[in-house]
Amino acid sequence: MLEKCWKDKMFNRYLLIFLILIPFKSFALIEVDITRGNLSPLPIAVSPLSIDKESKDSFKKILKKNDIGSEISIVVENNLKQSGLFNPLNKDAFLQKADIANLKPRFEDWSLIKAQALITGKVSFKDEKLRVEFRLWDVLAGKEMMALAFTTVPSNWRRVGHIITDKVYERLTGERGYFDTRIIYVAEEGPKTKRVKKLAIMDQDGFNNKFLTLGNELVLTPRFSPTNQMVTYLSYFRNLPRVYLLDIETGMQEVVGDFPGMTFAPRFSPDGKKIIMSFAKDGNSDIYTMDLENRIVERITNHPSIDTSPSFSPDGKYICFNSDRSGFQQIYVMKSNGKNVKRISFGKGLYGTPVWSPRGDLIAFTKLHKGKFYIGVMRVDGTGERLLTENFYQEAPSWSPNGRVLIFYRETKTNSKGEGFSAKLWSIDLTGYNEKLVETETDASDPSWSSLLSN
Amino acid sequence: MDLRKILKNGFLILVASLVLSACATKKVTTQMQGDVYTGTDTVEYLASGVPDRVFFATNETVLTTASRETLRKQAAWLRKNADVNVVLEGHADERGTREYNLALGERRANSAKDYLMTYGISSSRISVLSYGKERPVDSGSSPLAWSKNRRSVTVKAN
Repeated sequence: MLEKCWKDKMFNRYLLIFLILIPFKSFALIEVDITRGNLSPLPIAVSPLSIDKESKDSFKKILKKNDIGSEISIVVENNLKQSGLFNPLNKDAFLQKADIANLKPRFEDWSLIKAQALITGKVSFKDEKLRVEFRLWDVLAGKEMMALAFTTVPSNWRRVGHIITDKVYERLTGERGYFDTRIIYVAEEGPKTKRVKKLAIMDQDGFNNKFLTLGNELVLTPRFSPTNQMVTYLSYFRNLPRVYLLDIETGMQEVVGDFPGMTFAPRFSPDGKKIIMSFAKDGNSDIYTMDLENRIVERITNHPSIDTSPSFSPDGKYICFNSDRSGFQQIYVMKSNGKNVKRISFGKGLYGTPVWSPRGDLIAFTKLHKGKFYIGVMRVDGTGERLLTENFYQEAPSWSPNGRVLIFYRETKTNSKGEGFSAKLWSIDLTGYNEKLVETETDASDPSWSSLLSN
Repeated sequence: MDLRKILKNGFLILVASLVLSACATKKVTTQMQGDVYTGTDTVEYLASGVPDRVFFATNETVLTTASRETLRKQAAWLRKNADVNVVLEGHADERGTREYNLALGERRANSAKDYLMTYGISSSRISVLSYGKERPVDSGSSPLAWSKNRRSVTVKAN
């Protein structure tokens, strides 16, 4: 009885705290709901970052950019727009000058142009470094929501824009951002019958594109390590298709393991310490892992069917993979030791390329049904299948590190003469909204999204 | 005597009708049986009368009767040319995911390899290489183009 009484008291106390919190919560400041397709993106004003004359001149010399403050704000603006959750307002309508707005915005001026949030800031050149401070303001509440400053080398100026976007996105959506990230992919050129493929890497927004291989040998399916700057991919070096490891920073490459046949479909384990892949021999493909520290190879599946496209769950305890053991390509989940194999895809059609979401709750896949290809997601037990996009050909989704966006590639149908082929990267929100072409210098396929670089 | 004549004439008619029907089928088929390619458009020859490739149905790795005949010819030729080694290059069409197609190409090349081995060709003379869907011979996006691309090609390695 006494205990119960005490419990009730505790309950009341919690209730009290709760009541105090609720009004707080309702004042609080703007929030962006990202759980549903956002059809009315939040109007946000990204003021150019203010800059003093001296700093401006210094950056002009180093970076060949007239006004680095305004350039950084354009990076932020573009990121926010691409996310589909924000509607950055036209700068021509801004009434307040950048330098004054950063000190104390005149909220009436910003609400007049219907901005609900405002980003202001300042860049300066100090000890050969780029220093930036920025603030996020709630225009309607007339309050500062966030203020941050950081310093970096000037050549990192685009990353500064990405980091600002990540912080703003985090503050307004409550979820981690995905802007300070890179995409590794396969750049493609030439006729379909003699395609030349190179590994390439770019920032998430398509800038700073770099080719990592020369195109002398066929390369496929690069995947980022979730923990460092390593990439694993398939190369036909000397006509021996094998899984390779590439250190992006040093350019060092090495073959993974010593297999007497084709290894393919590689991915890292979530801790970055193992590579999981398929090994094909005598017409049978099974799944193996190799520990990158002690080089120990472990066989995970042992079945006469094709087992491929393995992907670890983020806790490393499970693996989803593609198998035709039922007679057709379907998705299966098993424990990371290969036990408890369970089929999870039961819809109509064929299923391939399962990839576990970094949040752990969903598996993205490619589906082929009645001559159409779909990118979709399902829960890890196979329920709740949702198809996000349909096309003539598309496959190989890769998750943004926050699990909100998928990037994949799409190929076009050729005409009766076999002309008009192209391969491009596309991204789509988990909700199925905001489908967008990701522009690349050349044709592109097999994208893989990196983790956040700034952590 | 009469019977002979009748038979002779009958034979001629039969031959004529066979030729005619062959012409007719050539016109109406799309060089496919089911969805297996039966034409000769892309086929090259290892030697006179020895085609270099066999074709497969969608998602299949089973050899058709025609494929087996081709492989028997290849085996006979390989037995005669004991110094020749070959690579069997397995391919898939573009209507499948890249990774699965790599496995499928490997499996197709291995069906061909197994068949050559049953006709006396040592496995040490045969290597297998899957290209998945990376090296189509026909860049079209039609069932006919795809049927030409689902193939295992025997290539001289030396």
